[in-house]
Amino acid sequence: MSAHVPPALEVRGITKRFPGVLANDHVSFTLRQGEIHALLGENGAGKTTLMNIIYGLYRPDEGDIYVRGRRVEIHSPNDAIRLGIGMVHQHFMLVPTLTVTENIVLGHEVTRGPLLDRRHARERIQELSRQYGLLVDPDAYVQDISVGHQQRVEIVKALYRQADILILDEPTSVLTPQEAEDLFAVMRSLTAQGKSIIFITHKLKEVLAVADRISVLRAGRLVGTTTPAETDEATLAAMMVGREVVLRVEKAPAQPGEEVLRVEGLRVLDDRGLPAVNGVSLTVRAGEVLGIAGVQGNGQTELVEALTGLRRPESGRILINGRDVTGRPPRLITEAGTAHVPEDRQRDGMVAAYTVADNLVLNTYYKPPFARGLVRDEAQVAQFGRRLVREFDIRTPSIYAQARTLSGGNQQKMIVAREFSRPISLLIASQPTRGIDVGAIEFIHQHIVRLRDQGVAVLLVSAELDEVMALSDRIAVMYRGELIAEMPAEEATREQLGLLMAGVQREEELVHKMGVTSAHAEGENG
Amino acid sequence: MWPTVRLQRLHVYALLFLVAGMWLTVGVSARFPAEETTTLTFGIGRTAPKVALPVGRTLLAVGVYYVVSGLLGLAGRRFVRPATWAMIFGGLLIFPTVLVAAAAGKQTNVLTMLNESLRLGTPIALGAIAGIWCERSGVINIAIEGMMLAGACFGFTTFFFLGERLPANQALFISVLVAVITGGLMALLHGVLSITFRTDQIVSGTVINILAIGVTSFVRREYLLSTRAGRVTLPSIEIPLLSDLPVVGPVLFNNKPIFYSMFLLVIVTHVVLFYTRWGLRTRAVGEHPRAADTVGIDVIRVRYINVFISGLIAGLGGAWFSLETVGGFDDLMTNGKGFIALAAMIFGKWTPLGGLGGAMLFGFSEALGTRFQILGIPLPSQFLQIVPYVVTMVVLAGLVGRAIPPAAIGQPYEKQS
Repeated sequence: MSAHVPPALEVRGITKRFPGVLANDHVSFTLRQGEIHALLGENGAGKTTLMNIIYGLYRPDEGDIYVRGRRVEIHSPNDAIRLGIGMVHQHFMLVPTLTVTENIVLGHEVTRGPLLDRRHARERIQELSRQYGLLVDPDAYVQDISVGHQQRVEIVKALYRQADILILDEPTSVLTPQEAEDLFAVMRSLTAQGKSIIFITHKLKEVLAVADRISVLRAGRLVGTTTPAETDEATLAAMMVGREVVLRVEKAPAQPGEEVLRVEGLRVLDDRGLPAVNGVSLTVRAGEVLGIAGVQGNGQTELVEALTGLRRPESGRILINGRDVTGRPPRLITEAGTAHVPEDRQRDGMVAAYTVADNLVLNTYYKPPFARGLVRDEAQVAQFGRRLVREFDIRTPSIYAQARTLSGGNQQKMIVAREFSRPISLLIASQPTRGIDVGAIEFIHQHIVRLRDQGVAVLLVSAELDEVMALSDRIAVMYRGELIAEMPAEEATREQLGLLMAGVQREEELVHKMGVTSAHAEGENG
Repeated sequence: MWPTVRLQRLHVYALLFLVAGMWLTVGVSARFPAEETTTLTFGIGRTAPKVALPVGRTLLAVGVYYVVSGLLGLAGRRFVRPATWAMIFGGLLIFPTVLVAAAAGKQTNVLTMLNESLRLGTPIALGAIAGIWCERSGVINIAIEGMMLAGACFGFTTFFFLGERLPANQALFISVLVAVITGGLMALLHGVLSITFRTDQIVSGTVINILAIGVTSFVRREYLLSTRAGRVTLPSIEIPLLSDLPVVGPVLFNNKPIFYSMFLLVIVTHVVLFYTRWGLRTRAVGEHPRAADTVGIDVIRVRYINVFISGLIAGLGGAWFSLETVGGFDDLMTNGKGFIALAAMIFGKWTPLGGLGGAMLFGFSEALGTRFQILGIPLPSQFLQIVPYVVTMVVLAGLVGRAIPPAAIGQPYEKQS
């Protein structure tokens, strides 16, 4: 870029305080014309706050914003849109019951007389779709289209508003590796045609693959700006966390023992009464980790709910340590030695209004030493709470703080502490590190491996392929309610798993291997 | 995979139709003597067209139709669509059937009956439309009853004071206007409570309902007790040419102004909601307000305006009672119609045309009740009156699918700072 082209966007000394938190502390950074600038940072580092300031959703307490060299005041999304800033939010801002076209034009409708001009809008959308290689179906309802498709709709929505600065907030968190590749291609095509992109993420690999420059935020401060050529994963991780981080999970080969969990031909319906799990059979032995990879929404949630007693299966059997627990209540399954780290921790993992101490005894409060008959032993609960807070490094002002006041990572540590501190033989962990920071991920991964080494059977369900690959001894891929493949972890490659997650089987060898596993599964059924 | 689930449900309904059909053919139709007929007339006077239907054979035919559509439903997955439609039609067929059975041996005027249904359905339809405006933007409105009641009361009070000073039609027009504005003001109160102060919308609605009951009965006792004279109501307006059309003319085109405006409002609401910028924004705000906010739509403003419009329409519904129908005001004269309107709205899945359909169903049922009293049916009239409800509910719930409210309904919107 020649020096006289003003940067597309520049922020200087942005500061934003929330009660008790300094979310942005004099952050300055520059987005050059035509570049992909990655903004890297842990959860709570202030990335999203900064972007919400640029998009007009928050007002900064201090600092200035310059767009194309001109100082601007952004009071609302409307101002941002007028300045050519478009944002694709992490949680899509699409109305499910409206069509793709309706969502794209919303707020900037073209009318003919008093009525909406749908035809004009559709033509414009198709034009944009062709120009940038963003395939969208203008007449589909958003609730019927895939997540990747929704994301393309979001991008077209920004382009429709003539955005030339695009902010993508964690765009890959919901995509398969292949879909992420497609997105990167779109991003490159956008920058080639003069758009500038801020790419927010916490995934180091992606940053190195796609960004022109990388800025790292930590605890509200900009730690530094670098380029992929000058840095590597370890350096970036250290910049994010502020210390050295072990990215690879160190683990010895598994020593599988007795069979702990056995699932035979399980079928489970989802909330709408449609089959979500369709004849799943699997086994997990003591001392091994079975990882289930798959894009969210392929039945993993319902599978885990059935295994933990939260959802009644239609048919099939679940055995834990040889005991049939199909359709039994969660408490019985818990007492059978099962620990559950649920995917939605706020909903299923804790009671937000309870104290940390109470949450730590949520599934043992009725038993000694925490209860004597009908009376709770507060001293024991408190003592236990203090011990776990110390052992699991839960950052809380007190054991009597409400769980809702903790950060996501610390809430997860609290749940992990509760589940891992009981004598268990089976761990069912669903998305155990979703949305938490690198430091806490490292901590939780180490604990999972430690449990495995102590002889616990672990069923890990995760949409993060890296996590599945790092922790598992065997990997199964779930697609549309079925386990479509299973393989030893050392034989699995990212590409192969990615294809399987998308329901595609390309290689001959893969087809062959699948033949073997499904025959195996049938054998178990019969 | 999922057709199995639907098929099973269809099977249940098919059996239901089969049983009902057999009951009609074997059990009921034989009870009527072969020569007994019901005479349906289409209009008033000797020249009006008449159709004489033998009751027993009519019921037999309907019964056979039910049996056939039931069998069709059991015939296998290739017949799912025809069977579904056959049963929906069968459900609608119950209305004339009940009428024919009830009027056995007598004659009854179909046109009056239809007209009566539409007329009695008018306040319900207006209430349903009012509810749609409000709820589509994400604000629950259980206060339609209160808004109607207040509209009815203040509309009539205005007429009470203006009636002697102005020509009747002028006074009536201004009174209707006052009723409409009263509803709007009540709605603004709902808006302030539930949008600005983020009170629970059910609580806010209940407050308004209670307030309306208190204020209107106070006003009646203080100012209106002396009203016995007059009983002036809005005049009927015969629409030229259209009112001369056979059948639809007398049913639709010789009515009072609020009746007409109800149809107009249904159409306008439908067009606004689904074909205009405002409607698109309203639906977005009711489904996903944050998404609307991020594209620069002022959620609070959209909700306020929609709630206000809702109140205006409810106020007009109130005027139907005091100014179009009765020509006076009584305590609690809206008689729960505002709540029935909500049922009609839900029944119509928050769409104006569906809401109209629901309102007409309730209107028909009410008209049927009156008709039974006139015909002197030995059965308790309430019993026959519930038949259309039951049938429609069952058929619609099972075969047409369930109603899904706007996703953000009931949730106050709070902007991030």
